Amino acid sequence: MPVGAVIEFSNITKTFGPVKAVDDLSFSVQPGRVTGFLGPNGAGKTTSLRILLGLVAATHGTATFGGIRYRDLPKPLETVGAALEAASFHPGRTARNHLGVYAIAAGLPAARVMAVLEKVGLAEFADRRVGGFSLGMRQRLGLAFTLLGDPGVLVLDEPINGLDPEGIKWIRGFLRDMAAEGRTVLVSSHLLSEVQQSVDDVIIIARGSLVHRGPLSSLDEHATPHIVVDAPDRDALAAALRAADVPFTIGRSGLVAASGDPALIGHIAFSAGVELSALHRQKSGLEESFLALVNGADSQ
Amino acid sequence: MTTFIRTVASEFAKLLSTRMWWILALVLFGYIGLLAGGLAALFAGIQSGAIDPSAGGAGGQGAPPLGSIPPLIYSFASSVGYVFPVLLGALATTGEFRHQTLTPTFLATPRRAGVLGAKTLTLFVVGVGLGVVALLASVGIGALVMGAFGVDTLLGDGETWTLIGRTLLTMGLWAIIGVGLGALVPSQVASIVIVLAFTQFVEPLLRLASSFLDWTAQIAQFLPGAASDALVGASIFTGMGQAGLSAVALEWWQGGLVLLAYAAAATIGGYFVSWNRDVT
Repeated sequence: MPVGAVIEFSNITKTFGPVKAVDDLSFSVQPGRVTGFLGPNGAGKTTSLRILLGLVAATHGTATFGGIRYRDLPKPLETVGAALEAASFHPGRTARNHLGVYAIAAGLPAARVMAVLEKVGLAEFADRRVGGFSLGMRQRLGLAFTLLGDPGVLVLDEPINGLDPEGIKWIRGFLRDMAAEGRTVLVSSHLLSEVQQSVDDVIIIARGSLVHRGPLSSLDEHATPHIVVDAPDRDALAAALRAADVPFTIGRSGLVAASGDPALIGHIAFSAGVELSALHRQKSGLEESFLALVNGADSQ
Repeated sequence: MTTFIRTVASEFAKLLSTRMWWILALVLFGYIGLLAGGLAALFAGIQSGAIDPSAGGAGGQGAPPLGSIPPLIYSFASSVGYVFPVLLGALATTGEFRHQTLTPTFLATPRRAGVLGAKTLTLFVVGVGLGVVALLASVGIGALVMGAFGVDTLLGDGETWTLIGRTLLTMGLWAIIGVGLGALVPSQVASIVIVLAFTQFVEPLLRLASSFLDWTAQIAQFLPGAASDALVGASIFTGMGQAGLSAVALEWWQGGLVLLAYAAAATIGGYFVSWNRDVT
């Protein structure tokens, strides 16, 4: 069974001319867990991953797998499997030959090619030219490439983009299985909701800088609680809240008050003699906390 | 070392798993075969008296002396066919940029200089292979036609076989020049335009224009096409014996070194211009 290595980013900075794409980024990714690498488009996720894989030279800092830079790994494909974008194929090459080219370069047995095509469900398309593949099939072929060397570390950039619902379900199971086997799994996405069901840890960046890291549940601490409250006489309720200095917005199913205490809102309404038709705590989504973190960084 | 051998094997697999190599080989064979067969029939026909030179108007005046016909015809393989290995080399490199296959390539083999070295070696061998195809056309069809007109094909002559051997070397070197050019100009369209414009138009014109003055001719012998012809030892340019014009040429080994210098300069330059840059 392949052993997962710790991925370590140490003070990675990358400037493109005057633009700082990645700014002093440091974090580590542990084996046996699925780690989501999140941030809006243009936050520097892809650049960071390309630096990690030795494809882009960092202006400053190092990124390593178990302490070793990618280009110094003695057997790169057997240590790290990476899928970066859905279009790294020669359209005239068959799926089998595409994988075969890199299996030869890495000195892997030819049997691995069919084994990984079967694993991602592309075995029947092995001898079709990749030019005719759908986006979902290309994503699967990209995943097949990552598995060629049966590596302990997986680095996947936006693997869910372009997948159909069945494919999304499949990849979620796939990520969980890989981590359960003890591998290090780093998966990037610009949408938390896309990976929320599969990740254990999150690393959130915005504008090239780290804004949050920790287990998925740690996002809850950043969530601002809300109370949804409604009354037959909505105007009277609004007046009562205003009088009590509770800020609120008007939502679809009532007023959304910025408070964590339903009893307080109930008391305000009762004191004002307003009859309530609804009063409940709104579970603030992780997505909301995620956006708050990301936007907070934007406004700085 | 084993890594390098694996990288070379991978580069061969890349080249042979798409259709480009055999399409180019097929077109090369047809083009050179037609040219060599046609001109062999014309020249041999004139020399053997089967065709009356006055019937052909001015065409007969340029016909070379009898003994120089076979090497002239055989050298079409490189003097005309050299554009094919250049194109294959340029496509092999620019294709990696165009289809973003540099990403998986460098993931599998992070040492980039080794990859470029392996590609160079691979294309040299495949360029020699294209040379075999071109010679099958120029020597195979050319000798057949000349034999039919009763002209000595000189196939028993050692010099003919020297020419054939140097043609193979030349075609291999041209393929490396293509690899280097592709790295210098990673845009596939731009690369192809440069190859076609330079080989089919710019260089032939330069060589013709430069031959009117002695000092320009001295410089023009270092043009890649001229060096290539010098290495092979015969060509339509030198063989036509342009009367009154200075047609100087390098020694064959000098031509070989000049061509090698072009190949090395293009490849090493390409390494720094694009190959070793960020892959985004």
